[in-house]
Amino acid sequence: MRNFFKIFITFSTLLALVIVVSACSDKEENSASKGSDEDNGVNIRINNDPDFLDPHMAQASITFQMILNIFDGLLVGDTDGSLQPALAEDYTISEDGLTYTFTLRDGVTFHNGDPLTVEDVQYSFERLMGVETGEALSSNFENVASLDAPDENTFIITLKEPNSAFLSYLTALHSAIIPKNNDGKHNEKPIGTGPFQFSNYSPENNMVLVKNENYWKEGLPYLDTVTFTFQPDDQTALLSLQAGEMDIVAVGSHRVPEVEKDFNIEYQDSNSVLLVGYNQLKEPFNDIRVRQAINYAVNKDDVIEAAFSGYATKLGSNMSPAAGEVHKEGLEDAYARDVEKAKQLLAEAGYKDGFSTTLSISSHAALYTNVAQVVVENLKEVGIDVEIEVVEWGVWLEKIYQGRDYDMTIIDFTGELSPYETIERYQSDASGNLFNFSNEEFDGLMKDVLTESNVDRQIEIYHRAQEILSEDAAAVYMADYQIIWALNPKLEGYKLYPYFFHDLSEVKWKK
Amino acid sequence: MAYFIRKLVLLLVTLVLVSLITFAVFQIIPGDPIRIMLGPEADEARIETLEKQLGLDKPLHEQYGKWISGVVTGDLGDSIRFSRPVSELIADRLPVTLSLALMSVAIVIIVSIPLGIYIARRHNTLGDVIFSSLTQVGMAVPSFWLGMLLMLYLGMTFSFFSISGYIPWSESITGALGSLLLPAITIAIPQIAISFRYIRNTIIEQLQLDYVRTIRSKGIGERFVIYKHVLRNAMIPILTVFGLIFAEVVAGTIIVEQVFGLPGFGSLLITSISYRDFPLVQGIVMYITIVVVVINFLIDILYAILDPRIRLG
Repeated sequence: MRNFFKIFITFSTLLALVIVVSACSDKEENSASKGSDEDNGVNIRINNDPDFLDPHMAQASITFQMILNIFDGLLVGDTDGSLQPALAEDYTISEDGLTYTFTLRDGVTFHNGDPLTVEDVQYSFERLMGVETGEALSSNFENVASLDAPDENTFIITLKEPNSAFLSYLTALHSAIIPKNNDGKHNEKPIGTGPFQFSNYSPENNMVLVKNENYWKEGLPYLDTVTFTFQPDDQTALLSLQAGEMDIVAVGSHRVPEVEKDFNIEYQDSNSVLLVGYNQLKEPFNDIRVRQAINYAVNKDDVIEAAFSGYATKLGSNMSPAAGEVHKEGLEDAYARDVEKAKQLLAEAGYKDGFSTTLSISSHAALYTNVAQVVVENLKEVGIDVEIEVVEWGVWLEKIYQGRDYDMTIIDFTGELSPYETIERYQSDASGNLFNFSNEEFDGLMKDVLTESNVDRQIEIYHRAQEILSEDAAAVYMADYQIIWALNPKLEGYKLYPYFFHDLSEVKWKK
Repeated sequence: MAYFIRKLVLLLVTLVLVSLITFAVFQIIPGDPIRIMLGPEADEARIETLEKQLGLDKPLHEQYGKWISGVVTGDLGDSIRFSRPVSELIADRLPVTLSLALMSVAIVIIVSIPLGIYIARRHNTLGDVIFSSLTQVGMAVPSFWLGMLLMLYLGMTFSFFSISGYIPWSESITGALGSLLLPAITIAIPQIAISFRYIRNTIIEQLQLDYVRTIRSKGIGERFVIYKHVLRNAMIPILTVFGLIFAEVVAGTIIVEQVFGLPGFGSLLITSISYRDFPLVQGIVMYITIVVVVINFLIDILYAILDPRIRLG
């Protein structure tokens, strides 16, 4: 017995030691403030950690979903996708489309108390362009000829060539304005001008933001703290919501019945494009008839029902209706399901008995597996025998996305504010063209649209570009799925955007 | 003394070998840390700049060389995924996983030893049959499911337990207990089942040995027989099992931390591998290696204490 106690005491002492050690170490930064109406904060579930806190390095939409509360750009994308003035009060574009003149807003201060100056704006763009280091952080500004600050309130960007998509690079998503005097610390201690200021980030635990008392929008924000809790498990997140630990959680479509009674449900078109891609340099996908046959074979309604319980919008090209009038309507049924036609096209292409191929998908989201199973069943009916290969996300990126070494794959691309960015990957020489798609007319249109200053004409070009993707069967465009948010019913003022953004500036607790 | 020096040299050799193996594995598996982090829509210019800044554009053996020379001077480098020093990340996670593991082991000991003794003395009774079949269930239950059940029935009912996230000891002792107790029980249950069975069987075996009959014939009380003699003799095999259980518990934390969203070592390890975060993986692997070697060493010493016939060396 004595020995049993010895072991027991050893372990208890060790345990006590851990408690004492961690109690002594000053860890106020770890505070997991639970959101509730009592302390006027909210707690929001986020699936994963941010990639970088530095807005010029970050890329993941999950990061911007959070940090857009910290930073502002010269412009901001509104709820309808239109660009509105933010730190720039006003702007003009010269006739030739080369000179952009911005008037900066007065009375804006950074979270560290310093006023926003034109030098900070210039610094932000120079940093992105890598003017001093020679190492650019963004290729969006390669087209910039010069940056000028003629007076305290005016900032001028001059382009080398006209670019109709340029304005869309001026939001905090692509060019957040950050203070020059925080150089070298933007990732550890980010400072911006947004409604909330950064307080603390604890990896794989949470990120806490606190109210910016001097926010330039009078009277905003209402909340005192915002906690983003990193919770990778969907099931646990849902339980936390139901237990009142979290206030805003995205729920899977099949879980809606469990939460719709007790919570406010918001459906957000994610402006993404879920597609089946194939390698068009490889046989048999180099044959347009085979690609069209696959398009006729895949039943988009089945996919939407099976993977999203119906909470998705059917697509016909690489653009979601959430993008607004630039989206070309009527393409979603261009390849309405037709097994006979698919078989006929395959026979014409010389694959009377079908063929075997591999569908490679990433394991990081259950979505891909769910969709793949439906697609495989659909294709089997027309005689195409598909084997599913599940690979790790890192492998997918290297082998399939970068290496383009695959037959078929499934992926969803997040929509951008600019239609140009959304479809630019289909240009023959684009680095993101994992499909190896090539169409001369498409390439030409994409060059033309940049120099086109007339907005109506731009829309016409984008419409035609989407038609080409559909006609050429560049991929099987399936769906823009909805993100379903369950919110604490006592919260109000939550707005939905056509991109990933938890805008908390106007969120408050009902009295 | 020679014994300790030999153990220390063994530890160093193990560390070098383990780091080399990890390095070799990283050379084989595909995946680029920056691309995994930034995703398919990443800006090419940004990727290039970041790789240059982090030294990822250099060949892997150079990266390894840089890493190992850092280690010698006590610098484990910076994590790619979290842009923070590896040592800081490990130190942050340590209290979480260690508390979790020690709490689980404590629960296993507190429950399984008395229960094992109690049932062993009532060998072949109804209670024995019931408990022995229950252990079968306990061993078969997957921990993620068990975690969910506990969350659903205990976590949702009592506000004492928090379902997701971690509250540090420094902030609130009850809060920390609330966030760690459910996961600790989740890890402990299958281990209780295993160790209970083992303890029960060992004690039953011991009870049938000659020395027990001899002591009993001397008229010594049954309690004394069990606690003074049988338990002590049973302790050596039980200790071996507890060494294994400790390893199981540490492995168990990996899954359970994911389920409960605890920022511990396990989740850090999984993240570091899937993000190809070479410095972080190396740091964690080094750390785990040290822990395993040290635990084995401690078990060796405990053997010698429990059974004076065993000599270290």
